[in-house]
Amino acid sequence: MSTTDTTIPNLTPRKKAELLAAAGDPEAVVAPPGGGGGPVLWVRQNLFGSIRDSIITLVLIVVLGWLGYNFLHWALLDATWSGTDAAACRANPDGACWTFIGEKYRFILFGTYPYGEQWRPTIMMIITVMMLAASCDRRMWNWRALAMWIVGGTICGILLFGGVFGLSYVETSSWGGLPVTLVLAVLALAGAFPLAILLALGRRSNLPLIKALCVGFIELIRGVPLISLLIMASVMLPLFLPTGVNIDKLLRALIGFMLFAAAYLAEVIRGGLQAIPKGQYEAADAMGLNYFNKTRLIILPQALRLVIPPLVNTFIGFFKDTSLVYIIGIFDLLTAGDSAVKDPAWRGFANETYLFLAATYFVFCFSMSRYSQYLERDLNKSQRR
Amino acid sequence: MAMQSTSGVPRPAAAKAVFWRDPNIRAIFYQVLVVAIVGGFVWWLVSNTLENMERQRIASGFGFLGTESGFDIGDTLVHYSPADTYARAIWVGILNTLRVALLGIVLSTILGTLIGIGRLSRNWLLAKICTVYVEAIRNVPLLLQLFVWLSLFRFYLPDKANAVDIIGIKISKKGLQFPVPVENPAYQWVGIAVLVGIVAAFAVSHWARRRQAATGKQFPTVWAGLGLMLGLPLLVFLAAGAPLQWNIPTLGRFGFSGGGEVLPEMTALLLGLTIYTAAFIAEIVRAGILAVNKGQSEAAAALGLRSGTAMRLIILPQALRVIIPPMTSQYLNITKNSSLAIAIGYPDIVAILNTTMNQTGQAVESTVLIMACYLTVSLTISVFMNWYNKRIALVER
Repeated sequence: MSTTDTTIPNLTPRKKAELLAAAGDPEAVVAPPGGGGGPVLWVRQNLFGSIRDSIITLVLIVVLGWLGYNFLHWALLDATWSGTDAAACRANPDGACWTFIGEKYRFILFGTYPYGEQWRPTIMMIITVMMLAASCDRRMWNWRALAMWIVGGTICGILLFGGVFGLSYVETSSWGGLPVTLVLAVLALAGAFPLAILLALGRRSNLPLIKALCVGFIELIRGVPLISLLIMASVMLPLFLPTGVNIDKLLRALIGFMLFAAAYLAEVIRGGLQAIPKGQYEAADAMGLNYFNKTRLIILPQALRLVIPPLVNTFIGFFKDTSLVYIIGIFDLLTAGDSAVKDPAWRGFANETYLFLAATYFVFCFSMSRYSQYLERDLNKSQRR
Repeated sequence: MAMQSTSGVPRPAAAKAVFWRDPNIRAIFYQVLVVAIVGGFVWWLVSNTLENMERQRIASGFGFLGTESGFDIGDTLVHYSPADTYARAIWVGILNTLRVALLGIVLSTILGTLIGIGRLSRNWLLAKICTVYVEAIRNVPLLLQLFVWLSLFRFYLPDKANAVDIIGIKISKKGLQFPVPVENPAYQWVGIAVLVGIVAAFAVSHWARRRQAATGKQFPTVWAGLGLMLGLPLLVFLAAGAPLQWNIPTLGRFGFSGGGEVLPEMTALLLGLTIYTAAFIAEIVRAGILAVNKGQSEAAAALGLRSGTAMRLIILPQALRVIIPPMTSQYLNITKNSSLAIAIGYPDIVAILNTTMNQTGQAVESTVLIMACYLTVSLTISVFMNWYNKRIALVER
């Protein structure tokens, strides 16, 4: 047994037994084939397949158990759930202080938006999330999505700004929290998209000067960190514009963000353009279409469909990257959470807040990444047998 | 228009078409048009900027680089004091960025590869934990993760007075303080011995590979190399009389003095960058391994290679071809993401130039410097990775 064992490399016990049985080893016992075998066999094969696996499993169980036990005690069993001030939490330093989140969740989600008007950003977020969900349906991938976003976006803008229909006007400096994060992510994508298409087409162009301009812009933006673009937008944009033109702080951040998004989206779209078979271009030429019609009718509809899964992934990145506006002082979700942490009356409950923020970001990003994975599988269905 | 075969029929000698239908002339026209629009836009921005700067009396030019900076930097690799110039401060920032980026690249590659392989493990629990790690880390913003690490340090680490002491290494809210050997002239020779050892190890591995190719005889390259790289310096050290004296950090009134230290901001940044990027690298490594034909691992098993050896000699070299291009962009991401340092108070290039901008008011020059620094670093990494990619690429006929 031991001599044969060394010549056979790491195989599952089942494979090993089969090989030994085939070699005529009378001791080898092969389990019956098929999926059956019950949980005991499953555990033995998947958790204790070899000595090394067993050690790994045991170590992981111990570590996970310790972490899970401590987390459970901190987050649930020893946590403080009631009260209206920090006193109860301070008396119980070993547990989480969910009272703090209960007190502060509206501030974290809406920032300094007038308290009585916070139903407006709430409805705006519900509309945005519903539009995002509706856009996931492939039947919407045409003029309908565009129309929906224009109508919905207008409603959201009216809700947030106010000033009409008896809604009080709320300026952007009072906006805060999750609505700002959503506005930044969605508007950056929407604003950057047309520019990105032009850049991607320009980069594939035969005209050397146009190509050089596009390559230069894309590589410049992709070569520097987003923070430097945001700093540039917030500090230098006022210098760039004619004297006397004042530009809103949120809009400045949005412009910086759009430039960033355009460069990255352009590369994604270029991937789609390159994936289209050359025959499509040639066929369009043979039909006598000019460049504009060829691009509009033949190339882009196919290319944009191809890039939707990577586009969703890029959007997840933008959604996370909106948190960087913290550095230039825009009141997004992360900044709002951080301000809540710094409230002198509630010092020392950072971990609870960060967990709450992480959970919020996670819900958005994870569901989008799941959707992107589903889409990729679904779109590749025709290529799989 | 009647269809006609072009074969045999000579094309009509460039019929005098109207000049605006000539593709060449059109191409020139479009390019001139676009360049004129872009150029005009840029000119408009620049003239506005110049006008605004004159009106607000903002100085221009890079003259400020030579003047005294007047601010202190908490974490420096080279000697620096507030009396030094802005140029020196910026140099400190560049070194800090490079330090965190390089360490991050090395650590996240190791961690990411382990987790990527872990996700493919036969051990169900290990694979699931690696999956949960990747999904949890990828879907939360890096900046938030940096805050979490810093907050955890502040929350769970002891005060500097009760610092945990492990063989002279002190861990506390003030960071990590560790003893360093007192300078000694013999250390130069030890350093040279290390270099000689590395060169010798390379020579041995080269010789061993050629001998194995020629005769099939194996040679314990790893152990011999380690022996050369560690043993040679040790011999020199002992021959010099083993001069060893430790500069141990001691707690004074204002914190620790003596020894080396790693500040909590640096640790949080490095930890955050490593853990975040490792999640992406894990996915790249996993995809790379899955892209290798299953027949390759079966063939390796048929040759009698152990799974570790098969992974090292058969699977990973082939997977590398798929892995390297996306890996390059992750390395660039680490470098760019290290600029988040500014949010948690680690003095990297962006943080220092931001301070410079606030002190001098020269926003344009500071931003240009930030971008120039990052473009240089990004370009260097791309060039190196492209060279490496070419080296390992499949050589086809």
